[in-house]
Amino acid sequence: MGTGGIAAGGAEVINAFRTELEASGIKAAVSENCSMHKVGCRGLCAKDVLVDVIINNNKTTYQYVKPDMVSRIVKEHIKKNTPVSEWVAGEDYHNFHKKQLKVVLSDCGSLDPEDIDAYISGKGYEAARKILTSVKPEDVIGIIKASGLRGRGGAGFPTGVKWEAAMKQSAKQKYMICNADEGDPGAFMDRSVIEGNPHAVIEGMIIGAYSIGADKGYVYIRAEYPLAVDRLRKALSDARTKGFLGKNIFGTKFNFDIKVKLGAGAFVCGEETALIASIEGQRGMPRAKPPFPVYSGLWGKPTVINNVETLANVPYIIRNGAQWFASFGTEKSKGTKVFALTGKIKNSGLIEVPMGIPLREIIYDIGGGPEDGKLLKAVQTGGPSGGCIPADMLDTPVDFESLAKVGSIVGSGGMVVLDEDNCMVNVAQYFLQFTQMESCGKCVPCRIGTKRLLEILDRITKGAGKEGDIELLEKLSSDIKAASLCGLGQTAPNPVLSTIKYFRNEYEAHLQGKCPAAVCKALLTYYILEEFCKGCGACIRACPAKAITGEKKKLHKIDPAVCIKCGACFDVCKFKAVKKE
Amino acid sequence: MIKLTIDNKIIEVAEGTTVLDAARMLNIEIPTLCHHPKLTPFGGCRLCIVEVKGVPRPLTSCTTPVSEGMEVVTSTPAIEDLRKTVLELILSDHPNDCMICEKAGDCALQELAYFYGIKENRLEGERRIYKKKDGNPFIERDMEKCILCGRCVKVCEEVEGVGAIDFTYRGFQSKICPTFEKDLDCEFCGQCIAVCPTGALTGKAWKQQGRIKDTRETETTCGYCGCGCSLTLHVRGNEVIKIDSREDTINEGWLCVKGRFGYTFINSPDRLKKPLIKRNGRFEEASWNEALDYIAERLKKIKKEHGPDSIAGLSSARCTNEENYLFQKFIRAAIGTNNVDHCARY
Ligand SMILES: Cc1cc2nc3c(=O)[nH]c(=O)nc-3n(C[C@H](O)[C@H](O)[C@H](O)COP(=O)(O)O)c2cc1C
Ligand code: SF4
Ligand code: SF4
Ligand code: SF4
Ligand code: SF4
Ligand code: FES
Repeated sequence: MGTGGIAAGGAEVINAFRTELEASGIKAAVSENCSMHKVGCRGLCAKDVLVDVIINNNKTTYQYVKPDMVSRIVKEHIKKNTPVSEWVAGEDYHNFHKKQLKVVLSDCGSLDPEDIDAYISGKGYEAARKILTSVKPEDVIGIIKASGLRGRGGAGFPTGVKWEAAMKQSAKQKYMICNADEGDPGAFMDRSVIEGNPHAVIEGMIIGAYSIGADKGYVYIRAEYPLAVDRLRKALSDARTKGFLGKNIFGTKFNFDIKVKLGAGAFVCGEETALIASIEGQRGMPRAKPPFPVYSGLWGKPTVINNVETLANVPYIIRNGAQWFASFGTEKSKGTKVFALTGKIKNSGLIEVPMGIPLREIIYDIGGGPEDGKLLKAVQTGGPSGGCIPADMLDTPVDFESLAKVGSIVGSGGMVVLDEDNCMVNVAQYFLQFTQMESCGKCVPCRIGTKRLLEILDRITKGAGKEGDIELLEKLSSDIKAASLCGLGQTAPNPVLSTIKYFRNEYEAHLQGKCPAAVCKALLTYYILEEFCKGCGACIRACPAKAITGEKKKLHKIDPAVCIKCGACFDVCKFKAVKKE
Repeated sequence: MIKLTIDNKIIEVAEGTTVLDAARMLNIEIPTLCHHPKLTPFGGCRLCIVEVKGVPRPLTSCTTPVSEGMEVVTSTPAIEDLRKTVLELILSDHPNDCMICEKAGDCALQELAYFYGIKENRLEGERRIYKKKDGNPFIERDMEKCILCGRCVKVCEEVEGVGAIDFTYRGFQSKICPTFEKDLDCEFCGQCIAVCPTGALTGKAWKQQGRIKDTRETETTCGYCGCGCSLTLHVRGNEVIKIDSREDTINEGWLCVKGRFGYTFINSPDRLKKPLIKRNGRFEEASWNEALDYIAERLKKIKKEHGPDSIAGLSSARCTNEENYLFQKFIRAAIGTNNVDHCARY
């Protein structure tokens, strides 16, 4: 179970099973035939809590399980072996998994993340043992290079190349850092990996540290991830007890240990130089590169920083071979990518797909399409640094190059589905609010520039946009991208640019006083349609501003001068007589 | 040595030199605001950006070390356009205060706004307004004029070793503050004033005392201690209205609280203007002749009865250096003893 499962009531469900099984007097059966594991997240958040009942290798998955359902499952299914068919997960659940390809998440959801022996019994730490005892660092790097693994933290930098640069540094002290700061709104990939399979990340770090010659490591993880932090700490201490961390690992001369450093929740601290400053005890502000961290990183020493998912891929690559990994994905983007699929979509959750899969397959085959039969408008990828891909470009393959070509990015893996009810100016405004708030304040284009972008977007959504505002947004955006110091400022205007590129008409409509998606309050008018109004008076009673008048059974009217656009009448009218435009 | 070209000029410089320093060696001008030669590079103002062949985005010359064969172009229409946008952004969040600002005429921001001809601003918007003023005794901190160049933070940390101020908050609301936004309570060395490129940090002592252009500069040596820092007195009419120190001096321009702020006694109305003689336990005003005669008589008598070494002289740092020189000469030559001291030592 991950944080999502627990929030949905997973712990209560487990307790209910425990008591129910005990009370039914099948105690003996519990220890012999059934074992209940707390497993990591398996992705389909929308259907939490999921429970597998396995009887003689026959697996049945239940969805939306609540504690009060447990007693019936135990009585009918576990005792009498007749599954409760109406609660069994249906087609959606199986479709959700069909087009996915799990590498990083392959053990999430089946392994108990708090049990190091469970990981070991599934070949865990074998990759590290093999590497440390029999493979030279340059050959490890050869394997990683051949696999085509690229950084999953956003930029897609080839991992083998990064390791090689650090390996070639002659400094005695080097560092290996895992970046688990994950601060994009709506992203929970790295959190789920650490919650579901922390040992894979640790094993990846051991292999990386060995290749570059680092004896100290850090996991920089945000303090808002308490479950991930707990599981990580437990995993580290278990690994230490087993001798996988510490001195003379696997009887070799190699020493390596990992410290946990908690981040205070600043998005910019995910940027590698800011992250380093933060570990050093300074305010998390990026510095100019070059020099890059592989040459001068933590305390001026060569440092490799890799994303959680990048590192979690490593043990699987070593176990199964570079060719195996390189057989997934496209020519330049190998392997799989984990995405957090959210927004206006039926099956929201955590997914892992082969690179290059068409966006359409993610949205419709895995995600089940938009909710309530609404019209899909766009898919936002890459979080606040990314862009919007319009519905008519859904055949775009999801890989580093193709997404960049259409003005978005893979980024760290956020994927937000937008439908006809989303206003694209409002979407851009939302992301700009975030980046402006999270700008570290160091450099002018980002600190003041994003503020000005936001102000212009604000006035456009309030109906106070001026002629030339769209062009000003474009010019300022491109200047901020060119002149900002770090990746935050260099990408912050992307949501603005990509929404202007594909939805310029929506911007223009706002300048003419209309919000086509009827989202921007200041541009809305509520009115009552004569042909539908039955004069029932429900809206009069609902309106807090007393803006509606009308006699019983006669047409009601909204006074636009008094209306505060709260939408209460719209929600309350049973005859759909209230319109907003 | 590393060989590179800047604006088609070839230059060879030591490894680790920044592109900005190399350009300055060639007398090529690059605008800067956050850079200070004595402080570690910051890279925040983005004005010093240049194009480097083969690098897709502009790089800040103040942070980029030179590399072999590098080809740098310091000014192109695209670069100048970006610089202009950056300046417009800074000025969009800056009070239009030059007319009454202490720093006018000596302000790096004002200078750049002039050279780039920024009058109309496409990017007008909200400005930071701070009501609370810092109540410390020495330094006027007008954070609305602060451009967050970080120089004050760095000098306080790297040169003074104090760390009294730092960046706080995020985004547009970022601000340089003492801990918990309390009133500044530090060494008051004023190093931060010395490096501030704008009117955000000025001395309370020199508020409305006169424009720098209207002062004469007098070089002197500080008498407060034995370090002997070089001072530049800014004199308007016959009054010292401000003290600072040049960077090409023995003390590299750095001063302490006394050297920088300890001059207002010169024109203080509370100063002694007439000698006082203690009579019956009380100080009474006397004429100069009366006082000098009295001193001469007493000193002669003591010297005669007890010898010169029974006399010691102690003088004040608030006298001029010339007066202090004469005083020790007097004690040594006229009295005949080496018993003479001063807080800067003789
Ligand atoms: C504003 C900003 C935030 C970032 N946040 C993260 C993050 O949360 N996690 C992450 O792994 N990388 C993040 N990155 C990217 C890192 O700087 C760095 O490139 C990455 O951790 C390198 O790992 P990789 O090569 O494995 O991708 C961020 C970059 C920027 C500019
Ligand atoms: S781009 Fe933004 S976050 Fe990055 S250094 Fe500049 S102000 Fe800070
Ligand atoms: S700091 Fe400089 S630009 Fe600002 S008001 Fe003062 S003189 Fe003008
Ligand atoms: S006066 Fe000196 S000690 Fe005080 S903040 Fe300025 S530099 Fe730091
Ligand atoms: S107070 Fe002056 S030196 Fe300090 S950051 Fe602001 S402008 Fe720079
Ligand atoms: S002088 Fe280089 S960024 Fe400010």
